[in-house]
This record gives sequence, C-alpha cells and structure tokens, in this order.
Amino acid sequence: MGELTRREILKAFLGMAALQTISCDRKATLPEGKLVDLTLLEQGHRIRDGLQIEPTKRQPVSVVIVGCGVAGLVAGWTLRQAGFEDFLLLELDSTVGGTARSGRNSFISYPWGAHYVPVPRKENADLIEFLQQIGVVEGKDETGEPIVAEQYLCRDPEERVFYKGHWYEGLYLSVAASQEDLAEWNRFHQEIDYWVEWRDARGRRAFDIPLENSSDDPEVTKLDRISMREYLAHKGFKSARLLWYIEYGCRDDYGLKLDTTSAWAGLFYFASRMKRAGEDAQQLMAWPAGNGYLVDRLYSKVSDKVWLNSAAVTIIPTEAYVDIDVLRDGREAIGLRAQRAIFAAPQFLRKYVLRTPVEQRFLEAFEYGSWMVANLTLRDRPYSLGFPLAWDNVLYESPSLGYVVATHQALMDYGPTVFTYYYPVIEDNPRQARQKMLSIGWQEWVEIVLADLKRAHRNIAQLTERIDVMRWGHAMILPRPGFIWSKERQLAKQPIGRVHFAASDLSGVALFEEAFYQGRRAAREVLVALGIV
Amino acid sequence: MNRPYVLFLNVLIIATCGLIYELLAGTVASYVLGDSVTHFSLVIGLYLSALGVGSWLSKYIEAGLASKFVEVELGVALLGGFSAPALFFAFAHLKYFQVVLFLLVFAVGVLVGLEIPLLMRILKDDLEFKDLISKILSFDYLGALFASILFPIVLVPRLGLIRTSLLFGLLNALVGLWATYLLEPRIGGVILLRLRAGLVIVLLVIGLIKANSLTSLAEEQFYIDNIIYARTTPYQRIVVTQGKNSFSLFLNEHLQFSSADEYRYHEALVHPAIAVHGSPSRVMILGGGDGLALREVLKYSSVKEVVLVDLDPGMTSLSAKLPLLAKLNGDAYSDPRVRVVNQDAMIWLEQANDGRFDIAIVDFPDPSSFSLGKLYTTRFYKLLKARLTDNAAVAVQATSPLFARTAYWCIVRTLEAAGFFVRPYQTAVPSFGVWGFVLGKLQPFDIPTSLQLELKYLDEETLKTMFVFPRDMQAVEVEVNRLDNQILVRYYESEWRKWEN
Repeated sequence: MGELTRREILKAFLGMAALQTISCDRKATLPEGKLVDLTLLEQGHRIRDGLQIEPTKRQPVSVVIVGCGVAGLVAGWTLRQAGFEDFLLLELDSTVGGTARSGRNSFISYPWGAHYVPVPRKENADLIEFLQQIGVVEGKDETGEPIVAEQYLCRDPEERVFYKGHWYEGLYLSVAASQEDLAEWNRFHQEIDYWVEWRDARGRRAFDIPLENSSDDPEVTKLDRISMREYLAHKGFKSARLLWYIEYGCRDDYGLKLDTTSAWAGLFYFASRMKRAGEDAQQLMAWPAGNGYLVDRLYSKVSDKVWLNSAAVTIIPTEAYVDIDVLRDGREAIGLRAQRAIFAAPQFLRKYVLRTPVEQRFLEAFEYGSWMVANLTLRDRPYSLGFPLAWDNVLYESPSLGYVVATHQALMDYGPTVFTYYYPVIEDNPRQARQKMLSIGWQEWVEIVLADLKRAHRNIAQLTERIDVMRWGHAMILPRPGFIWSKERQLAKQPIGRVHFAASDLSGVALFEEAFYQGRRAAREVLVALGIV
Repeated sequence: MNRPYVLFLNVLIIATCGLIYELLAGTVASYVLGDSVTHFSLVIGLYLSALGVGSWLSKYIEAGLASKFVEVELGVALLGGFSAPALFFAFAHLKYFQVVLFLLVFAVGVLVGLEIPLLMRILKDDLEFKDLISKILSFDYLGALFASILFPIVLVPRLGLIRTSLLFGLLNALVGLWATYLLEPRIGGVILLRLRAGLVIVLLVIGLIKANSLTSLAEEQFYIDNIIYARTTPYQRIVVTQGKNSFSLFLNEHLQFSSADEYRYHEALVHPAIAVHGSPSRVMILGGGDGLALREVLKYSSVKEVVLVDLDPGMTSLSAKLPLLAKLNGDAYSDPRVRVVNQDAMIWLEQANDGRFDIAIVDFPDPSSFSLGKLYTTRFYKLLKARLTDNAAVAVQATSPLFARTAYWCIVRTLEAAGFFVRPYQTAVPSFGVWGFVLGKLQPFDIPTSLQLELKYLDEETLKTMFVFPRDMQAVEVEVNRLDNQILVRYYESEWRKWEN
C-alpha cells in the first residue's frame, strides 16, 4: 500500500486527527491475524448468485429451523421444552450464534458481536426463566425482580471515556462540563423519566422489552416518524457532550447517527432499560465471551439437532409441506420435507432462498448496518493515562465505539488480555457503507484499529500479538425513522404458508431480548399449528 | 598547563573516587545488614589493608608503567563504578552477600593501592623526590576530604548510592582516558588503550541510564529510609527500605510492614482465628506473600498443611530468599508443610479444587485499586465460604477503622452479607496506626478468650480488649461491597485522601 493510499484510508475511516499518530511507525511489523468473515461471505454469495442443487430424495422431518443465531436456537429449545423432538436446525456457518457468536484463544473467550444484556425487568418472564435455568438469575427479590448472580453483572468499573489524552470514569464526559451542560444532562434524564413513567390507556409502557409490548398509542408511535436529532432539537438540547452521549447510544445499539435514528428507537434505548423514573438504568450482564456465553448455553440444549455447515439453499412452501434443499459441507445435496419451517435468519435472505408467489416487496424496508469487529490479543495491558481499564472503553474523538475487555468479567486483572474493538461503518446509504467496509482487507483494517487505539495507548502496537478481523455485512437491522412502526415490519412477521419467521430484525432493533422473543414466538406459532399446545 | 600539575589534578580525582568506593561499600553493608559499626569498621580496615597490598604489588610491575597505570584506572572504574549496583544485586540474589562485599572491597582496594605508587614512579624523573612525594600525598589526602564531605551532604541525598557509584566510576574512567593523552609518549598501543577506555565509559554511561529504571530519584525522595531492594514485577512495585533499627516493605508505595512492630499485626491477624477454631489442620493464607502470617501459623503443631496463595512470585520468592526477610519470617517457606500457589486468589478460589480448610487468613493489601477491591466483595467471600470446613474460622485484614472508618465497616458488612457471622476487632500497630481485622465463622460464635501459645504481644487480657471499639471507630452505615459496585475502593480512596493531604 502506498503512502498516499494509506493516509487516505486512515483519513477516510478515522478523520484527520488520527494522522498525527501514524507518521513514525510505518515500518512497524504487523501482528498475526486474518479475516474471519471470508467463508461466510463466500457461502452467502453463492446462494445470492443463484446456486441450485438437486437432491435426489427427501427426508421427512416435522420442523426445520433455518439459522442458528439466538432466535433459531431459542426456537429449537422452545420446541424441545414442549416435549417436541422431531426437528432440525440448519446453520450455514461452521459455528452457531450469528452476531452473538464468540471466539476463544488459549486463555480466554471473547465476543465477535453482541456482548451484553441489560438485566430484564420482571415482566420479561420468558427470558428470566431461561436465565434462571442456566444459573445466571439466582432468584427473585421481594418485589419480584430477578436477582442476577454477582459474577454475571458487569464488574465495576464498567465504562471509561478517553478525551484529549486522558481517561475518565463513565461514558458521559463530565470533566469540565459547564453549568449548561449539566443542566441539559439533568433535563434529558427528566425527559427519559417522563417516558419511563408514561402508560397508555391499557397500562402499557411507552417503550418496553420485548418491543412488542410497547404502546401503539400515537403519542409514542409518532416519534418513529422523526429522527432523534429532530427530536432533541425540538426539545432544545444543544450541549455537545450530551448529543455525543446520545449519539454514542445510537451508534452502539443501532449503528446509526442522530440524523438517521428514529426518535422512537433513540428513546427506546434509554427508557426501556429503566424500571422507574429517577432510578438507575438496569444493570448490565456481561461475560468474557459476550453474548456468546448465552449462545453456548442455548446451543448445549439443542446441539444434537444442529447441522453445521448446512446451507438452506431453497425453501419451497406448498399446501401440504415445506421442501428445503440443503447443501451440506459445500458438496452434499440433501432434501428435507417438513411440516413446518422456521426461517430464523435475517429477512434480507428471504428473497434468495424462499420460493413463493407471495409478494414480498415489504422486505425492501429492511436495511442493515455494516460493522467491523476486531479482536486484539495483547501480551499485556497497554499504557494508559487516567482512570484505569474498565470493561467498556470508549474514545470520545473516534468514529469507532472503542473496545470491551474480555478478561474483565473473568476477574483477570494482570497479563495477557483480548480487546474487542467495534467500528460501525455508517453512511447515509447502507449499501455504500457495506462497500466501503468490504473495500479494504485485513491489513488496512488492522492499521486503522492500531492507529485509532494508539491515541490512547502509545504502546498498543508493540503489545498486540494478533488481530483477527470480522466484517459483518449485515450486522444489525437499522431502526431508521418510520421502520419500527411500519406496515412492512408487521407484514414480515406473518407466516407464509407453512413457513414462520423469527429473527431480531423483525423487532426492528437488534437486541438479544428481541431475538429471544422472536424465536419463542415463532416456535409457539409452530406448536399451535401442529396442535401440540 | 604543566603536565605534572595536571597529573596532580588526576591524583585528586583518583583519591576522591577511592574513598567514595570505600564509603559506598560501608554504607551499602550497613543499609542491608544493619549493624553499621561492625561493617564500617570491617570495610575500612579491609580497604586500607588492601591499599597496602596494592602498594606492595606495585613493585612487580616493571615495564610499561604508563599504560599499566591507565589499565589500573580502567579496572578501578569498572569495579568501583559498578560496586554499589553489584552489592545490591548480590544482596537481592545471593546468599553469601558478605563474601561478595569483602571480595569487592579488597579488589578495589588493591587496585587503588596500585595507583599512587605507579604514578610516583611515572613522575619520578619530572620532579624532585621531596616535591613529588609532598604534592602527591597532599592531593591524595585532600581528595579524601572532598569525598568525605561530598558523600553525606551531596551525593547520597541527591544521587543515591547506585548513581554515585556509577558516576565516580565514570570519573575514574575519564581520568584513565585523559592519562592516555597526558602520558602519550610513554604509552605503547595507545589507540587500543583508548578504545578500552571508551568501552568502559560506554558501559558506565549505560549503567547510569539504567539506574533510573531501577529506582528513580523521585522514588528515592519518597521513602524516608534508604531503598535496599527495588523491583517492578508484572504485578507490583516491591521496595524494601532500611532504617536505623528496622526495615520496611512497600508494595506500590503502600507500607506492608515494618520489622519493628509487624509482630503486633501478624499476631493479631493469626492467633484469634486459630483460638476460635481450636486445633486447625489445614490453613490457607490468601495474600501475605511476606511469609509473616505464615510464620505465626506454623507455630501450631496441629497445622499439617498451609497453602499460601499470593499473586506475585516475585514477592514470595523474595520472602524466601532475601536473608533479611527470610530471617524475619523464620524461614517459613522452607517448612515442608507449606505449599505456595502464585495465582490471583480469587481465581484460585473459583477454579482450584483443593479440599476444605479450617482456617483462612486473608491478608491482602488495602483496597486501593479495583483489582484489589474485588478481593473484598460478597462474591469473593462466597467463594471463600465454599472452601471452608463447617467449624472454620477466617481472619481478614480490613484497613484502619480510625483512618478509613467506612471502608473498615464496609468490609465487616460485606462479610456478613456473604453469610459470615463476624466479630470485628482492632489493635494498635505503631507504624500503621490503629488497625482493624474481622474474625468470621459460618455460625454464631463468642470472641476468643484464651491462647494456646505464649506470644510476644498478645496475651489473654489484650485479646479481649481488641474486640472493644472506642466511640470514634464504632460502626457506621455503609453499603455492601460487590463486584458490580466496588463501593469499597471509593470509600477507601476518599477517606485516605483526607489523611494524606
């Protein structure tokens, strides 16, 4: 890569500020590592480009679940819980979990995507039941709220933010905040408190998890028609650091900016996580492997039903059954004939695999963000000035989201560690963002990651032994204005013949809780349809 | 300038350097071994006699006097220059420190003893004998005066021993290099000699640069007493300092003990727990890498096995090997009942499957950071509970109930929240102040009233009074310390900050 190109790339991804840190270490050797997305990308593109297979005969199976992300695994587990055993789970990739998957090296597991879940409020009984089964929830307190085992709550210090050469505690940049800043900070919380306490005529909250339980009262749903920036401007919020903080939330949970996030989604992020006005937000649960921990627990409940490296190439629903053509291990063509299918993959894949005369134009409303995730294996903790290493470490002046520390929840406070670094590639047009992300390879991404982190950790490059890079082309559904309360999203949830749909994108926000809810909902639809419950 | 007079300036420098090395050796010896009278006296005597040996040996040097003189200078520069670092290294790593000390003093003495006779012979044709001897000797003694004034007033307080040593070695080497110019006509192979001088100078300069990575000037100012051992392990900075009558251990600049009164602390930490149990067989010590709590535990013949879990192998091996420390802990680490595990105690509790214990002595540094704070959480104490026998007793060091009252009571309440029945107690440890501990069991219990052993500090009367809390240290309302709030670290920081300012 020539000097000009390299500078241009860093400028394009990190802005001018990053160029200051790169001048002198050009010849530094790069760590080991690779792109981990290539096989998935290749498999997906084969199907997109019209791969056809012709299985010679068809095996019967009652239910086939396509996709072993959280929704698919939950669907399988739900069937099994109901005593129903005649089902199969198909996974395109060699590993389960979808965007909640994790990796492991010689000393620690680390996330490749989603890495925390806020403690559910008592109303989310299904999720609490699961968490109780796997020992994450230990019991209930006197008000019925779940008690989470101490070791699964995010250990303090949870967050720190890097600003002008120094780390500070917390995510909101409180250092040298003016009176006006603090006044707006308080006023924003009053605003959230209003929505936390808000109930509609039927007693529903404005913003609830699962999202399906939220009120459809127009006072709330009209917020979905404007952007978060418009909402904040309308309410008179101007404080730069407050806007940064709110936008960080939008980038972190949705991969969107204030301009492109629906105000409904923006407020949902804050208000759905609080029990009552004036209280702290629900604590976070976190694991070294991120949500990969929950994936592993789910997987252990259904692993005997899972076919890995098994791409559902075509799904053809008919009156009497669903035919599914599966390409196993890249060569073996297997035909399945099921009573019911649960399509537990993102909706954008429907147009490539689902052969149906039903009009599916509504799927065009589903748009996805692009994320680069890098896992850095470090020999030792890097130099850092100010507040000590936290679980989540955010750079105020960076377009990245910073990094989470895998060893934090494992109580390992010394020696080697893994940093999981997140960079949502955000463009007005999601397709352009995807192209931008995929236009550069491992080496360029590694240079971006190191240049970004070097601002806060001058010796990061020397300590980094390995960097693996994942480019998620369709990482998360984008809750842009108008999507969450759209007709399209409602239509997408409807079964098509004998095919049911389950994935977090059907909720419009990519949360573990939503994937869990959608997986459970679809499995129950199937159980009802089969006359089991 | 007339050449002989310049050479007299050399004499002055050489003499100063010589005495500096002697003072360094004496000072290092009295720092690390205490008993300054004996060691100073021995070092001076040995050094002076070595000077005599050097003078006597000088007669065997026949030819090439000038280049021999330069070589001697370079030898002194190396040996003397690295004498203080070498002595500190020997103290930290070798058993027979005294042997190294006396050998080094003798060797430097012999080389310094060669210098003046050689120089006199070199100059004997340039000056009249009476002039030569009067001038050389007066510069020689004048140098001694310089050294003895500079050493205590400027060098030790400003530079510390290691830098002083290296700096004067450098000076010696420069004299050697300079002499190759002054005596050039009389030296054969002058280029090679200069190269060697250059090499010695480079080595000493590197030593000076490295000296800062051993102990910085700022660090030496921080400690009231002299640093006799300093090392940064992957986990912490370990510093041992020596005062007039006692030595102290610091971890990350926090005092861990002073040898003058540590017995008060360690007796109070260990014996009440053993008293409430009766006759423990298996004991775990978490933290306590200094081996001092271990020393107390090993006094009981009922104890069959002690597992000591300390994060830092640098700390446990220092306690086993540094003679000063090994002597204080009574060579506890060589007791066959002791097993050392170098691991984070919390991870060990979580992962190790090592049976159950009758006693747990929890002796961590104060909760001054989040990584230490986790060792005082409900989660930690619950993990600990799972490793205890039904009748087990635990003792937890719990910072000062006077200086950090909320922090202290936070530890008490956290133990309770984890399911322990507790008996808080406190005692006075002069070098710390009033110090707090918590005794815990898995069922309600009475405070201990009798002791099985005769001890230096604790007796049965004192034992009872430890459980009495004067009004200014009594319980206050606190939150429980959990992994997800780390409230203790915040209490601790805000309270100690008040006292530090």
